[in-house]
Amino acid sequence: MKVRRLKAIALKEVLQIWRDPRSLMIALLMPFMQMFLLGYGVTLDLKHIPICTFDREASQNSQALLKRFAASRYFAIAGNVQNYPALVGAIDRADCKIAIVVPPDFSERLNDTGSTSVQAIVDATDDNSANIAYGYALAVVSSFSSDAQLLLSARQGNTLQQSQPMVVQSRVWFNEDLESRNFVIPGLVAVVLALVGAQLTSLTISREWERGTMELLISTPARPSEVMFGKLIPYLVLGWIDASFCLIIAAFWFEVPFRGTIFTLFVTTTLFLAVVLGIGYLLSVLIRNQLGASQIALLVTMLPTTLLSGYVFPIDQMPNIIQKITYLIYSRYYVTIVKAIFLKGADLHAMATPILFLLVYASAVIFLAARAFRKTLE
Amino acid sequence: MTISNNPAQIVVEHLIKRFGTFVAVDDVSFSVGRGEIMGFLGPNGAGKSTIIRVLCGLLSPTSGRAVVAGIDVSRDPEGVRQRIGYMSQKFSLYRNLTVEENLRFFGGIYRVPEIELSKRIRFAVEMAGLSGREHARVSTLAGGWQQRLALGCAVLHRPPILFLDEPTSGVEPRSRRRFWDLIHSLAADGVTVLVSTHYMDEAEYCDRAALINQGRLIAIGSPQQLKHTALPGQLVLIECDALGAALAALQQAPGVHECSVFGDSLHVVVDDAEKSFEELPRYLAAKNLQLNRITRINPSLEDVFVQLVGADIANRNNAA
Repeated sequence: MKVRRLKAIALKEVLQIWRDPRSLMIALLMPFMQMFLLGYGVTLDLKHIPICTFDREASQNSQALLKRFAASRYFAIAGNVQNYPALVGAIDRADCKIAIVVPPDFSERLNDTGSTSVQAIVDATDDNSANIAYGYALAVVSSFSSDAQLLLSARQGNTLQQSQPMVVQSRVWFNEDLESRNFVIPGLVAVVLALVGAQLTSLTISREWERGTMELLISTPARPSEVMFGKLIPYLVLGWIDASFCLIIAAFWFEVPFRGTIFTLFVTTTLFLAVVLGIGYLLSVLIRNQLGASQIALLVTMLPTTLLSGYVFPIDQMPNIIQKITYLIYSRYYVTIVKAIFLKGADLHAMATPILFLLVYASAVIFLAARAFRKTLE
Repeated sequence: MTISNNPAQIVVEHLIKRFGTFVAVDDVSFSVGRGEIMGFLGPNGAGKSTIIRVLCGLLSPTSGRAVVAGIDVSRDPEGVRQRIGYMSQKFSLYRNLTVEENLRFFGGIYRVPEIELSKRIRFAVEMAGLSGREHARVSTLAGGWQQRLALGCAVLHRPPILFLDEPTSGVEPRSRRRFWDLIHSLAADGVTVLVSTHYMDEAEYCDRAALINQGRLIAIGSPQQLKHTALPGQLVLIECDALGAALAALQQAPGVHECSVFGDSLHVVVDDAEKSFEELPRYLAAKNLQLNRITRINPSLEDVFVQLVGADIANRNNAA
């Protein structure tokens, strides 16, 4: 491989990218848009669930309970209704996901028997968020309930703390606040890089075929490997710039804790970029027209990376056969790596296995791409 | 033309190229000596481009041999590519790059020594008449200038052999003339040039021309040789009123070999021009056709080509 030719091809490619609005848009605007759109769009936490209350007793006790709901960050009071038809209406109009009804004898029964109940009506059209909303409601009520019990025993002259024989003292590691954002955003970086990287290189060879410049290029002594690396180098630099954008947005805008080192991130990101740029280049060589190559590139990066990389949908909850398929998805390794770097501060050694897989993948793709490019018009 | 002190730079032997069942090049053999300008003449789709692409190593021959600069193209295409310059039929420089950027790119690809590159670029720019436009985007240049720049890119690495595939198509006549001057000055420096064209008049600028029709080489020789040997008789020009009817009538006339339309007159190949001056007006008058003028003319290569294609088709039909 001759450095002189590499330089000539790389420089030409830089000038072409710089003067091609389409490439520039993909390279510089798409990552921003996707980070923000998907970063805000994909959140698995339910917060501010709209809730309706129907206080049939209107006592100090019942209001104290409902105030707990209002104070919780998981709920937002959407309205207070005065009868059942209004409550049904609110659920039908999807004004609220859950309604809490306090019965007229709430305090009376609490005082008499030490036990009382409230009704929760849940809109379960979306069973997942219904479950979560119900769980949150249960938590609010049970905390109120244990406070009430303490109060009751205090009134009975029992000053001893209520004691439980066993408790779990849990510590949540890595994502201490259990913020789904911390889990999603690092994976999102992988999605964006896969998409943008393969898009960019999918245009590079097909453009030369479409514009007729390829016929002249293959009549020169430039070798396929020189053409490939000469073209990939500028895109690798663009990829680094895009990766920096994404990671800065992740760490500073979305405030995902970053505990690893820039070095591990750089090494692993470069490997991942080699894979996605190589895939785009390979498609560009095989398909020879820009539209076709970029469409296929979208298909082979977007779908597997969003669905099977574990970026949002946890791999260990997938059916067994699908779990096996995910080993073929290159993004799976990078998603694992970025999450580990961001949240655990993992080093290269700790991530040897996924790094090895990425390395094998990158070598295979680059090898295939170099072989696929033939200097012939046939 | 291939004499002992002028070894052939291009040798083609029984070259056949098929695409599926279509025979694009049908058993073509010829050779081109050093410093010679060989013209490929023929209509679009005759197979000129296919032969050139095989010689550049862009297509592999179905059978036969192609040797360029002493190297078998099938065996060592890269060796050939280092020694040739190529201008493809379709303009294939980078349009969104400037004149100088394109030249620098090809200079880098051919690894022209850095110290010499600037000098050669200046030479190419001057040769192409593009001085002062070094920083213009190629897309803003007119057709003739683009073609001269393409030639500049093709000769930047000083290749001993040049393949130019229809370099003047779509270029205005004055620019075409200028382009041929460039080709001649390159050949004078010892560069071997194989150039294709579908403008018959351009064959006059070549040392030798090869006439190609439907993949077959039907004649090869200097323009003078072709004109003197290809016609089986003498050529007369006839002007008359009913061109179509006269054409049909003359094809049956005695002593007439070939008759074809050239603009608003007829070119007729006859056994004896003097005799035809008397016979043909009488023959046409008998068929109620008015002849306005009849005169002997020197054949052009176009006449030769029409005659040879006609004979080639007749041969093939007889064979079949």
